[in-house]
Formats: sequence, C-alpha cells, structure tokens
Amino acid sequence: MAVSPHILPPAQSVTRVMALVLLGLVPATLVYAWLFGPAILINVAWAALACVGLEAIMLRLRGYPVRPYLGDLSAVLTGWLLALSMPALSPWWLTLTGCMLAIVVAKHLYGGLGQNVFNPAMVGYAGLLISFPALMTQWPAPLALAHAQLGAADSAQYIFAGHLPAGLKLDAITSATPLDTLRTQLKQDRTLSEILRQPLFGHLGGKGFELIAAAYLLGGALLLARKVITWHVPLAYLAAVGLTAGVFHLYDVDHYAGPWFHLAAPSTMLAAFFIATDPVTGATTPRGKLIFAAGAGFLTVLIRILGGYPDGVAFSILLMNICVPLIDAHTQPKVFGHGGDDA
Amino acid sequence: MRQLFRFHGGVHPPEHKAVSSAAPIVQARLPQRLIVPLRQHIGTSARACVAVGDKVLKGQTIGRAEGYVSAAVHAPTSGTVVAIDMRPVAHPSGLSDLCIVIEADGDDRWIERTLLDLARMDASHVRNRLRDLGLAGLGGAVFPSFIKLNPGATAKVPTLVINGAECEPWITCDDRLMRERAQDILTGARIMATLLHATDILVGVEDNKPEALAALQAAARSLDFPADIVAVPTLYPGGGAKQLIQVLTGKEAPSGGRSTDIGVQCFNVGTAYALARAVQHGEPLMSRIVTVTGAVARPQNYEVLLGTPMAELLEQAGRTSEANGVIMGGPMMGFDIADTAAPVVKATNCLLVKSPKLFPPLPRTMPCIRCGACARACPARLQPQELYWFARAKNFGKTQEYHLFDCIECGCCNYVCPSHLPLVDYYRYAKSEIWAREQEKNAADLARRRHESRVSRLEREKAERAERLAAKAPVKKAQATVPPDSAQAAARKALAAETLARVQAKQAAAAPEPLDPPASS
Amino acid sequence: MLAAVLVMAAIALLVGGVLGYAAVRFRVEGDPLADKIDALLPQTQCGQCGHPGCKPYAQAIAEGSAEINQCPPGGEDGIRRLAELLGKEFKPLNAEHGQPKPKSVAVIDEAVCIGCTLCIQACPVDAILGASKQMHTVLAAECTGCELCVAPCPVDCITVQPIAEDLANWKWKYPAVPLKDVA
Ligand code: SF4
Ligand code: SF4
Repeated sequence: MAVSPHILPPAQSVTRVMALVLLGLVPATLVYAWLFGPAILINVAWAALACVGLEAIMLRLRGYPVRPYLGDLSAVLTGWLLALSMPALSPWWLTLTGCMLAIVVAKHLYGGLGQNVFNPAMVGYAGLLISFPALMTQWPAPLALAHAQLGAADSAQYIFAGHLPAGLKLDAITSATPLDTLRTQLKQDRTLSEILRQPLFGHLGGKGFELIAAAYLLGGALLLARKVITWHVPLAYLAAVGLTAGVFHLYDVDHYAGPWFHLAAPSTMLAAFFIATDPVTGATTPRGKLIFAAGAGFLTVLIRILGGYPDGVAFSILLMNICVPLIDAHTQPKVFGHGGDDA
Repeated sequence: MRQLFRFHGGVHPPEHKAVSSAAPIVQARLPQRLIVPLRQHIGTSARACVAVGDKVLKGQTIGRAEGYVSAAVHAPTSGTVVAIDMRPVAHPSGLSDLCIVIEADGDDRWIERTLLDLARMDASHVRNRLRDLGLAGLGGAVFPSFIKLNPGATAKVPTLVINGAECEPWITCDDRLMRERAQDILTGARIMATLLHATDILVGVEDNKPEALAALQAAARSLDFPADIVAVPTLYPGGGAKQLIQVLTGKEAPSGGRSTDIGVQCFNVGTAYALARAVQHGEPLMSRIVTVTGAVARPQNYEVLLGTPMAELLEQAGRTSEANGVIMGGPMMGFDIADTAAPVVKATNCLLVKSPKLFPPLPRTMPCIRCGACARACPARLQPQELYWFARAKNFGKTQEYHLFDCIECGCCNYVCPSHLPLVDYYRYAKSEIWAREQEKNAADLARRRHESRVSRLEREKAERAERLAAKAPVKKAQATVPPDSAQAAARKALAAETLARVQAKQAAAAPEPLDPPASS
Repeated sequence: MLAAVLVMAAIALLVGGVLGYAAVRFRVEGDPLADKIDALLPQTQCGQCGHPGCKPYAQAIAEGSAEINQCPPGGEDGIRRLAELLGKEFKPLNAEHGQPKPKSVAVIDEAVCIGCTLCIQACPVDAILGASKQMHTVLAAECTGCELCVAPCPVDCITVQPIAEDLANWKWKYPAVPLKDVA
C-alpha cells in the first residue's frame, strides 16, 4: 500500500542531477579541446566508457540491477572528471587503471552509489599520481606554444597504440602544467617574476589554462543557477585558496605566487564547483560544507606550495573526505523549536 | 501591514485546488446506515452509552467522553441503533474499531438543543459542554478542543491564530467554508479568544485563496471586535500549526512543548465554525465539510454527516472508470483507504480519488546520495538524510539524538528527494517502534515490580508461618529460625526446580531428544 | 630500527599498565551489572531460561554461570542487547529453552473455572484475581504471558492467546525499499 506523500515532482532524479553536472562540464571540455587539441575528447569518451563498463561488471557481481543504476550517469560523471584531471595524452591503460581505482576500489568496495567515503575520481587520480608520476605530469602543451599539433586521428593513435606520427617527439607536444613548472623552477632558485615571464604563463595563470578555468566557472554558475549545488562549497573553497595563497604571497612576494595564479588554475575551479561539491563524499550541513570546503582549499594550496606533487587538489579532497562524518556530526543546524533562529 | 516571517524550507507542489473550489458546498445525501466510530479524536475512545435496539434522535450523545483526553460522539440523524461492533475505519492500518451503527429513520428529528449562555456560565463549565458536544480539531489532528481552550492557571495566551492556510494540494473544504460562512468562523474565533483571554485574533489564509480572504475581510468589517485577516505566502506546509504561527508571529513553538508556551494558540477555521454552531445553536459536532476531488465526475465540497460510509459519498460525487484508489487527506500527508465502507469521521477533510493519470506510480528508489535537498526543504530544520540513515539501520537511539520527534511528517523531504526514498515512511516506522519499546519497557517495569512484591510477600508469609510454628513448638525453635536468606535461597531453589521440571516436561513433549541439564542457579 | 622497536614496546607497556589500572580502579561491582542485565530482560518471569525469574537469570549471567541466549521471550533482539551490554558475541537463541512467541495473555474460560486458586499461586506477577471457589479472571494489562498458570490448572481452562493487533498497538512496518530489485 502506498504511503504519503503520494506525489513527486516529475523532473527530479539522480539521473537529472548527474546530467546537469555533466552539462556543467561541457563548456570547459570544449575550451580544452579548442586550446589543447582534440585528445581530451578522446580521453573523456574513453574514461566514461571504461567507467560505465566497470560499473556494469561490478553491479552484476554485487547482484544489483544493472540498467537503472547505469542510468543514473554517476559512472559517466566519474570517468569524465577523472579524464579532465589527467593529462589529455594519457595512454589508454593509464586511464583504465584510474577508472578501476575509482569505480572498483573507491566506489563499489565501499558499497556503491551513495556509500563511498572517498571521491572516486580523486582516488583514481591520486592512485595514478603516486604510481606513475612521470606519466601524470606530461600535459599537452597549449596549441599556441606547441611545436607541433596532433589531430584527432593522431591523438587516438597515440592514446591507444602508443606511437606518434613519424618524426614527432613527445617533448614537442607536451609540457608541465604552469603549477608544476612554477614549483620545479622555484626549486632551482629562480624568482617568481622571472618565471612568470615565460611564454607558458598568461595574464593570471597559465596561458590557455586560465581560459579553461573560466569555462569551469561558467559551468559552475550553471549548477548554482539550477540549484544542483549551493554557494557554500565553491565560495568557501575559492576563498580559502585565495586567502592561503595571499598570505604566502605577502610573506614572500618573490617566492610565492599570488592568489590569482592559484585561482586561475583549472584544477582549482574544477575542485570548487565539481569535485568538492560531490554530495556523497562531502559534508551536508551548511556550516559543514563551509568547513569542508575551506579545509580543502587551505590544504590544496599548502600541498601545492610545500608538497612534492604537482597539484594538491586530489589529496586535499581525500583528506577532507575522512573528516566528513566528524564535521557533519558537529555542525548540525538548530532544529525547529530548539532555540535556533535561521528562518 | 503586518510583518510576516518565513519558515525554513517548504515546497510548492502543484495545487489542483480549482478542481473542487469553484462549486458551492452541497448537502450530502442522508445514507441509510451511519457508522459512527467511538474513537474519532486523539486520546481515549468514547464509551458507548446506547444499546442495540435503542431509538436515538439527531444530536443525541451515543458515546460519552472517557478520561481527560477524549470527546463525545453523537447520533448524526434520528434512527435505531442496529449494531455496536468492530468495523473498518479510516486508518492507515486498515484495521477495524468499535463503531455504533445507526439505521436512519429518514425523519432527521433533532433532540432538544440548549444553547450555551456564555455570559452566565463559567469557563470550565463551557469547556465541559464543548467536550460533551464532541468538539475536536477539524484540521486533521482532531485533538479535543476543550483542552486547548483552557488557558491554564498562569499561562497567558495573548494571541489566537485561526488557521485557514489550507496548504495541502487538492483540498478546498476550508476555502469554501471561509467563502460561504466567514461570519460564523469569526464568531467562533471571538468565543475562543474570550475563553483564552486572548487579545489578538489573527486569521492566516494562504494568498492563493483571494475569495476566502475577501469574504473574511468583509465579515471582519461588520464585527464589533478586531480580527486581523492576514494573507500568508503560499508555501507548503504553511498550514502546519507550528509553521503558521512562525509565519504570523516569528515565534517557534518549543520542541516537545505547546504553542501556549510562547503565548499562542491555534485552531482550524472548521473548528472555529463548529464552535460557533455549538455555542449559538447547541449543535454537537456531527457533520463536517469534506472535499471530494480527483478522479470523480463532480469534484466539489460536501457537508457530510459523520458516519456516512465513504463509498456513498463517492457515489454521490460520481464514480469514474479510471479511479483506482482513495486517499483520505491530501497527497502530501494523506493515507490510502483500504476499504471505502469506512465512514467519514471528524478528521476526514478530503477524499482524493486516485487514477493512474493523476497519480502515476512513483519511480524506483535509488540509494541516498546525500545531496541535502531534503535538509533544504525541511521546515523543522532537521537533517532528513541522517534520520533516514539511522532509521534504516534501526539505530533508534541516534534517530532521537537527531530529533526524530520534531519531524512533523510533512513529506517535504520525501517530495524533493532525487532518489525517491520513502523517507517519511522510515520516520513513521522509527517513531512507532520507539513508542512500542517505551510501552514494552513500562510493561516490563510493572511486571518486575509486581514480581518483586510477590516474592517479598511469599517470604513474609513463610516467615510468619515459621514464627507461628515456633511459638507452638518451642522445642523445634532451632529449625524454625533458619536465617532468612537461606530460607529465601531454599524457596528459590524449590521454585527453580519446579519451573525446570515443568519446562523440561513441556520440552520433552515437544522435542524427544534428551536435554542437557540446564545450568543451575 | 632497534629504537623503534623499543619505543613501540614502551608504548605498549604504558598503555597496558593504564588499562590494567583502570580495570582495577573502575571495576563495576557485581550487583549493578546484574541490575543492568535485569533491565534488558523482558520480565516475563516465565522461568524458561532455567532460573526462577528474570532477576535470578540476570544474576547468573552476571556471575558468568549462564549464557546470554536462554531467554525466548526476549528473542534475538534481547540477545543482541545483552551481547552489546556485556561486550560478548551474539549467539542465536538456544532452542533448548524454547522458541520466541508473539506477545500473549492468559485467558481463563470462566465457565469452566472451578475456583481452585492453583493458578493464582503459580502467577509470578499476581495478575490473576479470584478467591477460593470463585471464578478467576486475568488482569490482561498485568499478565506477561508466561504460561506458568496453564499447567497447574486441574480443569485445563486457561489458554494463552496472542494479543490481537488493534489500533492502539498497531505499528508502522519497516519500509520495503527495493534498492536491489529489478524494477
Ligand atoms: S534528498 Fe534524498 S538523496 Fe538527497 S540527501 Fe536527502 S535522502 Fe539523500
Ligand atoms: S517529513 Fe519530517 S524530516 Fe521530512 S521535511 Fe517534513 S519535518 Fe522534515
């Protein structure tokens, strides 16, 4: 016998939530392909396909109905996010390994949709970064700076078969990310202004990279407008990144990049609007979201500046994921009639 | 313009009010048989005070209030009592309850009515009369009204809120009542204010009912006392008593307490109307306005005698072929009626007939993704996803820590959940489980006390016997003054041996295998 | 390496010492434990556990001379709660002591009752009213459904009947959510 409520609004489902998030990723993905070549599109498609396939296998193994759970699009989203976090010219097996870490280990070993403690895409990324550090730092160079360009067919050939068109060296088309470049060159005792004058850097962050960041911002605005996410996480995350970077910058202007540089990194915007906002692995109370995101932002910059990895997003998110139960338990809003006042 | 406040969350489900609100209230047909349940209110069942075969008149008391939280029930028409037995009633369980069945004689002859002379009766007398006239809240909770009309010895209730918000979709019975009988509603409110010593009367009506607002305002102008008719924003569950009070006064009724703690009392417009009829005409509560809507041929509001079988009312509204079920109440909080032989009762504000088109089957449920949409919609500022998590795990202690009992079961969380989880269902389950455990524990405590007192009584008797024996035969004194604890031990051992033997005998009968000797105490 | 091993050993010793001290210092005396156990028992006083009432069984558990799975009226839920209180493993109900039954009350067929008072003597909670040679009745609210009165009755007029579901004791059921079913 049916129990109340007997009605639900028609257009509302997990699928719709996920689809809107995917829609939010479209602008950045297109900008990415436009500035860095079509390889990213191939990689996104491959990662999404791999995740869906792995999800189907895991659902079958765990005795869940495959169709409705594949239809929720969460696997597609995980794959897409992972692909956007990885270098676009990653070989197929690297991406597949990341997808396995994400879907099999981070998601299904923890109980599947809604049960996972760690953000699957970030588990995949972090696992790859630890295991294959060299491959994970080979980013495609912005087309404007590259000495050669790879078309769609050539990219596919490189990703799946591992060889480049005759006469082309990998160095010619890849470089380290601006964040990475900055980090390694600072270690070589060069000053900030010196480094930032190099052609890889643009107005705020990396040339081209900053446009991707802007596109993420645009996608994030869409999510905010459609109420898929609330303002808490992006605001707190970006504020924490800016503030932490700002403090370091003021401490030593010649050594630490300013807030804008960190904010204009694509990974910052991706994290603020698409990663830290993952409902399953993030805090759920309003104050909890602020703490969670601020913590992640702070750690992101800290790891970037002091750590040994090219970026700190994945680790900061995973570290904060552990704290979520604690944060949620201590940030319960005042319930009606208990003397609260946030009407 | 009064300053209004906002409650947290809320949702905007499609209203569907126009379906039934256009046509005026019509009198429902007098059924041949009326089935009057003795429990139509929160609290103790009324006790039948007529017998099978008795002739009763319209308005005659047939069940007296029993205990404090109770209200009387009355014969809705004149006729003969033909049965007093268990009949299916309007309840989510579909179970039966004790009902008085009256065969109508068709004369609809009234019993002699005495009006309530407020000027000459003291307040407690008035309240007793209201209990005997069966008055209970008609907004859905059916709490006996006389209790809520008691301001208490010290408490001040300066504000009376009359609830005409009617936030549930589809339902329009209050809307029509306000449009057609605004004068009586305000008269009732006025009497309530007098009983409560209230100085302010606020009538809250959602702004999707402009006609009702206009009617009330017109009626208020011709009255000799001030009543503030306030349009409140349409937002479900704005008609919840706590929410309406918050919107109108900005105050929150304390958790576990009453609204009178913050100086506010709240009644439904239907209750105010019934009160006016009771005082000015001496009429008991034995009819009410019921919205019949959804998949029926003539959706509109009916004035229905309590006890009318729902099936007859639905018949009058016109069956349609696609109808496939009936909800009592609205789509957000109502429940399915298992058997439409069940009668209309004081709580029946609406019969909503379902059809596959109006109420398509709900989509499949998915796991909770902790999106927090439920928490944003919850008017009680709860964390429904946590409550769900704990209720699902049967971790009832935690559900209480997260304030399960502040949930008003409005269904907002459920409505917005993208995973379509039946959240409220889990809360209802957890609540009733917690209540049952509470009762079990009380029963266990009672049994423990009774067992202990029995054991000590037996010991006392034994000791007394021993003393008597000792007095009779001083020679045997040594044996009689066995230290009491060893006597107790002996008694226990004997009892244990006895029970063991019995249990073993029983089990030997059930299971032929030999038993291990149980551990002895 | 050696230093690490030594540090670990030192920590282990320290923690062990503190725990040992706490165990002695904050030792809970026997009786409160028996009371706590008693509070979890259903107080049916039926003796199916092999003890003459719930309290003695609680004492036996506290002393360690009885298992936690001997109480059929408490059912699996009861065993779980006991296991949790005592920090023991859950074990299924020992079938030797009987099977859990729905909550019941004793009903005396008043037409058959000869007023012998044997049942009154058997009732552990004094829930039967009556005097010699007069008809007896059971106070349903007080009866624990222990069945101890059934056997002594010489005319077999006592039956134990499960309590029927009514509006007062009806409970909402655990929602059936088909997360795994194929829709
Ligand atoms: S709305 Fe549903 S899916 Fe979202 S947090 Fe609440 S219960 Fe979970
Ligand atoms: S049903 Fe309870 S938990 Fe859900 S929104 Fe309403 S008050 Fe909040």
